[in-house]
Amino acid sequence: MLKIRIMPTLLYRDFELVKGVGFDSWRGVGSAMQAIRVYNMREVDELVFLDITAMQEDRRPDFELIDDLADECFMPLTVGGGVTSLEDVKQLLAVGADKVAMNSQAVHDPELIRAVSHKFGSQCAVVSIDARKEPDGRYQVYTHSGKKPTGLDPVEVAVRAAEYGAGEILLTSIERDGTMEGYDLVLTGRVSDAVSIPVIASGGAGQYEHLYEALQTGKASALAAASIFHFTEQTPLEAKRYLREKNINVRL
Amino acid sequence: MKKVAIIDYDMGNVDSVYRAVEECGGVPRITRDAAEIKNADCVILPGVGAYKDGMSNLREYHLDEIVGERVLVKKIPFLGICLGMQLIADKGYEFGETEGLGWISGEIIKLDPGDSLSRIPHVGWNEVHYNQSPLFDDIPQGKDFYFVHSFHFQPARQHFVLATTPYCGEFVSAVNRENIFGVQFHPEKSQRIGFKVLKNFLAL
Repeated sequence: MLKIRIMPTLLYRDFELVKGVGFDSWRGVGSAMQAIRVYNMREVDELVFLDITAMQEDRRPDFELIDDLADECFMPLTVGGGVTSLEDVKQLLAVGADKVAMNSQAVHDPELIRAVSHKFGSQCAVVSIDARKEPDGRYQVYTHSGKKPTGLDPVEVAVRAAEYGAGEILLTSIERDGTMEGYDLVLTGRVSDAVSIPVIASGGAGQYEHLYEALQTGKASALAAASIFHFTEQTPLEAKRYLREKNINVRL
Repeated sequence: MKKVAIIDYDMGNVDSVYRAVEECGGVPRITRDAAEIKNADCVILPGVGAYKDGMSNLREYHLDEIVGERVLVKKIPFLGICLGMQLIADKGYEFGETEGLGWISGEIIKLDPGDSLSRIPHVGWNEVHYNQSPLFDDIPQGKDFYFVHSFHFQPARQHFVLATTPYCGEFVSAVNRENIFGVQFHPEKSQRIGFKVLKNFLAL
């Protein structure tokens, strides 16, 4: 059986790892290299590394940094932030990323997804979608680290991404992110139902039970989480033990 | 220490494989140079990407002939990883039909979820059940390795099946013929258990 993956998310900003609440109020949580070494030792399933200011600052990914980090990372690594071209993807893969997450550019120009999947295969094309539940109850996709509203519905964006060759959707609830109050199960469930590629739930995990809910109700294939591992005593391994007791297939 | 030629044909994660080989005690060289490849004790063909591009790059750099001579004539150990495994088949069907290297007879076809709820691509950790082979020495049956792919190897003969994995029913996750090995999973990203496979390969 394929195992459910638990993926710690590392957000990078101004030379350190950070974690915020609702894509704001960032707090430093340490060095990226140190985090990768610790997660290596703990043999976590997979890591997500996102450079969250590249797009806002109109920068390309920091290939040198990724090269250094990937050299120490003996687990699958998904890298995102500032990816706007086929050349960016090529270089990220060359320095050691296993998958590349595309967000703003892929939302505005899905041809990038097609180009990447044709050249490097769907399996390395992760489309990252940040969505917010608006006061009227509708969901809207934002780009540029939650700064720019797009008028697009996350289900529509996910379906289109899959059609253009995306291999996975990394789906983050903006207003849940960092709150540790649980994933947005409605959002996750809707997107999971709409596509046949794996959906990684992200944003809001604070307890092991939240992870279970995202699998059962949200039908996610994998769980990305940050605050729960940065700010509490809870660990990916303990999370998996909890899930195993609930008859979820995990790798222990 | 074994000199390992990691074939550079512009298709992906050579750096990860390089680091993993280094950690496993081999002496890796990322190369497409005929003299360097001739000098190596064994060859790894990594690869992330589309079949057609992979094949045309191999041909463009004459790696089909250079590596072929070492592997088919001199019979040095060869390990294809992911796309690198798929390219040794007769044919691939990703974005149209493409002729492969044909070193192990078979076809590369898309995973078919059938009635199962399996999502494609197959991404994550899944079990590997193998037939006796030095490549899997000291590895418990059914251990999880890391996969990320949509296509799989369907060998022409049962004899070439080295391992299977339960997904979309079941698919062939490793193949072997003489000195030629191919694995669909990523040993370089499968932590300790993956490194054990690489160490076993280096010991062939």
